[in-house]
Amino acid sequence: MTQPLISIRELHTHFRTDDGIVKAVDGVSFDIAAGETLGIVGESGSGKSVTCLSMLGLVPSPPAFFPRGEVLFDGLDLLQLREQELKDVRGDKIAMIFQDSMTSLNPYLTVERQLTEVLEIHRGISRREARAQCIEMLEMVGIPSPEKRIDQYPHEYSGGMRQRVMIAMALLCKPRLLIADEPTTALDVTIQAQILELIDELKRELNMSVILITHDLGVIAGTTDRVAVMYAGRIVEQGSTEAVFATPCHPYTRGLLQSIPRLDDPTVEKLFAIPGVPPDLSALPRGCPFHPRCDSVTDRCRVEYPDIVQFGNGQWSVCWEAEATA
Amino acid sequence: MSTSAQNLEPRELIEGTSLWQDAWKRLRKNRMALICGYIVTGIILSCVVGPFLMALWGYDYQSQNLEYGAHSPSLTHWFGTDFFGRDLFTRVLYGGRVSLLVGFLAAVVSATIGTLYGAVSGFAGGRVDAIMMRIVDVLYALPYMFLVIILVTIFGRRLELVFIALGFVGWLMTARIVRGQVLSLKQQEFIQAARSVGVSDTAIVLRHLIPNTLGPIIIYFTLTVPSMILQEAFLSFLGLGVQEPLPSLGALINDGANQMVVFWWQLVFPGTVMALLLFSLNFLGDGLRDALDPKMK
Repeated sequence: MTQPLISIRELHTHFRTDDGIVKAVDGVSFDIAAGETLGIVGESGSGKSVTCLSMLGLVPSPPAFFPRGEVLFDGLDLLQLREQELKDVRGDKIAMIFQDSMTSLNPYLTVERQLTEVLEIHRGISRREARAQCIEMLEMVGIPSPEKRIDQYPHEYSGGMRQRVMIAMALLCKPRLLIADEPTTALDVTIQAQILELIDELKRELNMSVILITHDLGVIAGTTDRVAVMYAGRIVEQGSTEAVFATPCHPYTRGLLQSIPRLDDPTVEKLFAIPGVPPDLSALPRGCPFHPRCDSVTDRCRVEYPDIVQFGNGQWSVCWEAEATA
Repeated sequence: MSTSAQNLEPRELIEGTSLWQDAWKRLRKNRMALICGYIVTGIILSCVVGPFLMALWGYDYQSQNLEYGAHSPSLTHWFGTDFFGRDLFTRVLYGGRVSLLVGFLAAVVSATIGTLYGAVSGFAGGRVDAIMMRIVDVLYALPYMFLVIILVTIFGRRLELVFIALGFVGWLMTARIVRGQVLSLKQQEFIQAARSVGVSDTAIVLRHLIPNTLGPIIIYFTLTVPSMILQEAFLSFLGLGVQEPLPSLGALINDGANQMVVFWWQLVFPGTVMALLLFSLNFLGDGLRDALDPKMK
């Protein structure tokens, strides 16, 4: 693999709370090459969002702290940067779009004001000059008659349109990495497909990398090159999307894949669900955190955290069972 | 057939309505608030323009005519004259002007300080917020009028100092309201979105947070104006407000109250104007609160 665009090494994000230390992210590592799309899947609370927010220094700290790890981007460790330096990275080189497009735009400002603001900050150009670029960008994300729509307020846009505005806002400075945190969860299915297609198209056009956070495996299958499965603050399996879907090696991944409802298989009467609930991050069980819910649990799983098992094709997993079969 | 074809034609872009237009529409439906709005506007206009017109007809607020003395209302003096033979109508207009000026400026001073203080405190959060709010609590516990009186005595009794003094002790409630708003607003995704594109903290507070709190600020502002007018009246009543011969509604009521048994008009007219003004401002404030609350639709 060539030099990665961004490289996350052993990222730990912990929160100090009244109930003790919550290990939201507990040793996550991954690389993203230029132009690559990485999907991160996992249940709610598995640390997907916190991982990405940590990369941009957007986790409120305190209560968050980073006992170990680094986020290498352009030869800089983003975790060590001062707030002022981070601001130059945010929105310019790394941009982010959020889950709920309905609340991600300021209701009291026109779309124009919110878009031009970004260019004013990072390009230092006047609002007038910025306006033309913003209209162009709105056109690019598929807003009809952008020169009129730009002067409207967010509540005059539909949900899908707002998400398009959010994407336009994120891409104004042509960032090299776009983090999309469940960009389609709040949208209906037809709009979902449009938005994903749009992100994919723009990714090619601007030659950027994308991190796509989602809990929808269908979204992952269609759009990503590689996938990382997160559980309880750690990546439990990673590999090319094809390999992970074809031969899932971690019981959790298998469970997730089995839980997808299938319309083409009439023999299945009841939906499969992984038993139990995600663990309390402030009091993780000993050994493998997944063992209380795992269907192939052994005595070893209850006491010892498994090692990383490589499978040669870039796929790896952390599971004792996988080690036995490898 | 032809109708369905017409439906397929691209429609004109629907003109959107901003939040303020929406609010205005709702306010217009509230007749009481609207009438009060007209009364307030009327009083403001007559207080601003009135004295100039009266001057054209040869009336002013300070020329005395001791021989003429106090007369009941007549065609030449609509509200009658006071003990010194001064035209009461002109004095009420002038007094209204002073009272409104003090009320509005003091409210502006208190709203500005309160908004900035509250927004910074709420946005900073944590220890800074705790300290800033404890300061507010301490100031809140101090006797309010006592502070104003001290300020006025230290800095003199000039008109501009009266409203600065009133403004300086009146911002506490605004600060609390704005802080509460900011605390909930800063958790919203659009603030995180603004951060994620690199907007600085100052810009987030000034451009993203404060505009979102404007609704409650405006409502509280319209309710502060009458209370400030009342405070000024109280100060004038104590003899700490504006200086003779400059009138304010409070000072006029004070004069009138001293002689109300004999010269009833000296109390009735300024009193009525003041009551009308305060009543209307309060109703207007209530109407605005309903109009600016999107949930009231």
